[in-house]
Amino acid sequence: MNINNLVACHECDLLHRIPRHEGPRCVSRCRRCNAALHRGVENSIDRTLALTLAGVVLFVVANSFPFLAFKLQGQETQTTLISGVIDLYHQGKWEIAILVLLTTIAIPLIQLLIQLYVFLPLKFNRVPWNMATVFRLAQNLSPWSMMEVFLIGIIVAIVKLVGMAQIIPGLALWSFALLIVTLAATAANMDSQVVWNRVEYQR
Amino acid sequence: MTDKLITAADAGLLSCHSCSLLSKGSGQHAELQCPRCGSALHKRKPNSLARTWALVIAAFICYIPANLLPMTVVTSLGAVQSDTIMSGVIYFMQHGEWPIGLVILLASIVVPLTKLFILIYLLISVQRKSQWRPVERTRLYRITEAIGRWSMTDIYVVTILVALVRLGNLATIEAGVGAIFFGAVVVLTIIAALTFDPREIWDNMESTHD
Repeated sequence: MNINNLVACHECDLLHRIPRHEGPRCVSRCRRCNAALHRGVENSIDRTLALTLAGVVLFVVANSFPFLAFKLQGQETQTTLISGVIDLYHQGKWEIAILVLLTTIAIPLIQLLIQLYVFLPLKFNRVPWNMATVFRLAQNLSPWSMMEVFLIGIIVAIVKLVGMAQIIPGLALWSFALLIVTLAATAANMDSQVVWNRVEYQR
Repeated sequence: MTDKLITAADAGLLSCHSCSLLSKGSGQHAELQCPRCGSALHKRKPNSLARTWALVIAAFICYIPANLLPMTVVTSLGAVQSDTIMSGVIYFMQHGEWPIGLVILLASIVVPLTKLFILIYLLISVQRKSQWRPVERTRLYRITEAIGRWSMTDIYVVTILVALVRLGNLATIEAGVGAIFFGAVVVLTIIAALTFDPREIWDNMESTHD
């Protein structure tokens, strides 16, 4: 029994032979608890890199322009993501300000930059410095990236305010929507095992 | 290998949480590191049951002020109105905006409570060494992992309202203290799902396969 050919299920610890993947997209599952053991994606590095580049551009646009404007009796206010966080901070609710800053700006940005740092060199057959540590950080942060939830928040806020005043959707709103689709596509096309297989190590 | 069910723990192997590499070791003693990615290696997540219990109890405690204290405080032409989670839901339901009322009801009340009760059930079932329907219990765990993040919806709604509605005396919305406690509930329940180790469900099953 060679342990390099084996993998344990993350949810029930059962040992399996590392599955061989054929076809463009396939999932192998644990035969006992049905957890996904590995999701194979063809051309995973190219796809992840392309989607990450698109994500970086959309992230910049989504954060540079107001996503909503609010008009009431001739007065108008606009909001960007950062300005919302700053307003919360000024009201003394810094706990929520930090939570929103981390989950909708900082962590998605860190993840995008790490993906760029890892997948751009891999595309050219190079392994970036300290890839394992950096990529591990990105993986551990993923439960805390919540842009898609933020979009639901925007929709609820629009419906809530629409009876009270005039609500004008901004350019950044469409970028947000596209960014969320891009992030979901990135997650679906990233095969982390491809990255781990490139790490050199000694037992 | 093909017929008999052998776990990594049975074989004296530790599976890396981050990169899935298997290493030899019992995981009981010294701090071992994954040779490939550098994560700490453990047989099971350390003190999983105690940590998850502590986080679940803390989340329940925070859930009380989160529901009693206001999420938003609206000042409009001198009139001040505080809204809790429940009063917001009721307002929408009464004004015919039931889809939005339903979204907030789901995200702020149904999701966090479902998640906490599922975790408590899983903790008790593991502690009682239950062998009942492990596949379904593992699926319940996957549900708690997937739904927790959606509770953040109301926090984001408050953030957007605060940023948009700041017209001085005409209309201003401030975040209430309840929002801080509600944020704490969401964070605590997400960490609780991360500290729970679903392999504990299966550890009680091993003896039946011999």
